[in-house]
Amino acid sequence: MIEFFNIKRDIPFMKYARVTTVISLLTFVLAVAALATKGLNLGVDFTGGTVMELHYPHPADVPKIRDTLASIGLNDAAVQNFGTSQDVLVRLPVKADLSSAQLSDKVYAALKATDDTVQKQRVEFVGPQVGKELYENGSLALIVVCLGIMAYLAVRFEWRFAVAAIIANMHDVVIILGFFAFFQWEFSLTVLAGVLAILGYSVNESVVVFDRIRENFRKMRKASVPEVIDNAITRTMSRTVITHTMTELMVLSMLFFGGEALFYFALALTIGIVFGIYSSVLVASPIVMWLGVSREQFVKVEKKAVEAEI
Amino acid sequence: MNRYPLWKYVVIAVALVLGLLYTLPNFYGESPAVQISPAKAVNKADSALLESAESALKQANVPYSGAVLDASGIKIRFADTDAQLKAKDILQGQLGSGYTVALNLLSSSPAWLHAVGALPMYLGLDLRGGVHFLLQVDMKAALDKAIDRMSGDIRSSLRDQKIPYSGVSREGIQLKVKFRDAAGRGQGEAELAKSQPDLSFKEADEGGELFLVGSLKPEATKRLQEYALQQNITTLRNRVNELGVAEPIIQQQGTDRVVVQLPGVQDTAKAKEILGRTATLEIRMVDEEHDVAVALQGQVPFGDDLFYERNGAPVLVKKQVVLTGDYISNAQPGFDGQTGEPAVHITLDGRGARIFQQVTRENIGKRMAILLIEKGQAEVITAPVIRTEIGGGRVQISGRMDTREANDIALLLRAGALAAPMDIVEERTVGPSMGKENIAKGFHSNLYGFAAIALFMMFYYRLFGVISTLALAANVLFLVAILSLLQATLTLPGMAGIALTVGMAIDANVLINERIREELRAGATPQAAIHAGYERAFATILDSNITTLIAGIALFWLGSGPVKGFAVVLCLGILTSMFSAVMVSRGMVNLIYGRKARVQKVSI
Repeated sequence: MIEFFNIKRDIPFMKYARVTTVISLLTFVLAVAALATKGLNLGVDFTGGTVMELHYPHPADVPKIRDTLASIGLNDAAVQNFGTSQDVLVRLPVKADLSSAQLSDKVYAALKATDDTVQKQRVEFVGPQVGKELYENGSLALIVVCLGIMAYLAVRFEWRFAVAAIIANMHDVVIILGFFAFFQWEFSLTVLAGVLAILGYSVNESVVVFDRIRENFRKMRKASVPEVIDNAITRTMSRTVITHTMTELMVLSMLFFGGEALFYFALALTIGIVFGIYSSVLVASPIVMWLGVSREQFVKVEKKAVEAEI
Repeated sequence: MNRYPLWKYVVIAVALVLGLLYTLPNFYGESPAVQISPAKAVNKADSALLESAESALKQANVPYSGAVLDASGIKIRFADTDAQLKAKDILQGQLGSGYTVALNLLSSSPAWLHAVGALPMYLGLDLRGGVHFLLQVDMKAALDKAIDRMSGDIRSSLRDQKIPYSGVSREGIQLKVKFRDAAGRGQGEAELAKSQPDLSFKEADEGGELFLVGSLKPEATKRLQEYALQQNITTLRNRVNELGVAEPIIQQQGTDRVVVQLPGVQDTAKAKEILGRTATLEIRMVDEEHDVAVALQGQVPFGDDLFYERNGAPVLVKKQVVLTGDYISNAQPGFDGQTGEPAVHITLDGRGARIFQQVTRENIGKRMAILLIEKGQAEVITAPVIRTEIGGGRVQISGRMDTREANDIALLLRAGALAAPMDIVEERTVGPSMGKENIAKGFHSNLYGFAAIALFMMFYYRLFGVISTLALAANVLFLVAILSLLQATLTLPGMAGIALTVGMAIDANVLINERIREELRAGATPQAAIHAGYERAFATILDSNITTLIAGIALFWLGSGPVKGFAVVLCLGILTSMFSAVMVSRGMVNLIYGRKARVQKVSI
């Protein structure tokens, strides 16, 4: 049997609860600071505007493209290389006076006139109204997911677990967003989908630990609450790390082979998984402890169930 | 204790066979094809068309590997793109402008798979290339148009009833009718309540002047908006047909939006032009003084146009327009009240009705032509003889048409023009090469990720790792089979969803394997450890999957486009993983260990 985690004695995680919580708080504050000062670099999905991806058979002359765009009155177009020197990304903000649906055709025609070899790879235009709706629906989805998970955990476990799990996972979400704000990575609809998926996935982590805590309360009659939690974390440690490594392998595969379109999605998942391990073990469990979880909350339920059977 | 009853094995086996069956079509790839569909509502794709298409191809010696007729038209497959392109030119030349001949790709999976409903997944635009538009219908304009029409109707009905009034004006979405005295207003209110069921009227006095203020009833507003949206969708569908797109999607989204997806279309400028074009209807008088034969030789009289009827007969039509389609408020197919012949009933608005009445009174015994003008080209839909003066704005076109034609003409008259202007509020275009690249990237990330997981699992858990990997492969099989069966649209985020599901589904097997190891460490016998491992882990697996399912459902509910695709895959993947990770892997374990009475060692 190959074992990476053959831990004989329980690791006293709860002893270090204060330290780990301080570390969490610190990263959390940093993430919030990045969000507050820099803000998210929202993609065209949310802000509205036009993005065009162009391909040249030779290295693209970016300054010339800028000049061409300026000549048709688009001084505020952002032009940059995308992936390779032959690929160019053009971003155009929403124009109040112009029917923006025609904008991309205008730009393409102008670029085609100066260099016939240009190829249109992808165009995305999102009207400001649609962008606003996507933004609102995205925020709503985040709230719905949080409430849904909390409700489920409250029913399945106990309100203390629900609160702890959601705090731990919001902490993950804020940190992912913090990264995106700090590095000014583009936050698109797909990235949001990734964040929400990771929110659901990361709660798994807390669920597995909580499950074990509940089981331990029934089994380890004499142990104190921190001992019960320590044992639960230590016993599930191996599974936690292996599962996350597996998921991470897949996500890394997307990060490296999935191309530009999946890059930020995979990046959000990567950060989410790394912090997911940390938070579910070292943030959620101390919170459960401090919220005053105790054996009586679970054992009583069990007794009732037995009586009912008789 | 680790034995499954036979039925469980049967369930697993049946699921695997079905999974394989429905996944299969995805591996056959696609072959080039040509799709023929009617460009106009009057043309139909039928077996006669199929025959003529086949004979045209045979005559030109273009080999084809199968021709089928289905609801969307005729599809003919070819071995290579050369034959496909050649066939397209031949068929278009043969069939003329009445039919659209489009290039398409068809799955080359064998017919018996089609017969059991096994089709490949439907690829989204980001994987096949094409353009996606979201169009917003200007509902305010639609209502404005309706209210303008009503104000004309109010004027004529008050005049007809000889009720004195001194003006009708429009303020926003309200109509104000001014009266000279209270008696007139009373009469007017009674009359308008009858003739304008869509408006609710209220009396109002301002500065000693008497008004009736009419506003749209909420249910009428709703109906008008639905009507505008439906009519715009019909119009769009007609126009898209002309574009020659193989499998267009035109759908309502929400209450005031329309999604148009055109796979394979690259020329977005042309697509936009055609979608935004307005077709108009015109009613003009036929010039019967001049000779059509002379005009056919090139000498069209001054002030006339030479047009053709649907049956190809030439008609000389005066340039002066009597009425335009703007005056038509509705057109329905029906039957002539006297002869029982199929007919089209057109309802004109108040002003249109007055003009029409005057023109028909002055031209009894002459012919009038109803023209549909699209792309700057006019076609005479019908040119009937005026028999009597026609008042009341109800026009009936009949003669020389069957029920289907009556339906089509009514549709054309309704659909000729957009009910309300539309704006493009979202556009996503993906080039065809990029679509192929996206498929390759999505596939590779899945493949390499899966390989890495498989290697690690087999190294770490030995035989149980192999079982877990097989269960994971079964999960992918089930997922792809269900997606194919549902004909869900696969997008790049959807492919990412498959990858992520695989990455997360392995969690269940890790949980089980770890639990078995733990039981073994605690001194349980191998059989007991396996049993306890599966039993105890199941509750945890259920809990942890449900939270991800919650996230997936919320994403499906609130997400749009590609994100919805991701959500679908995520949710389905969770469900299939519960089955494969628990039941399929247990089935394998039971087959290997369950039969032996005593197991000394477990390879885990």
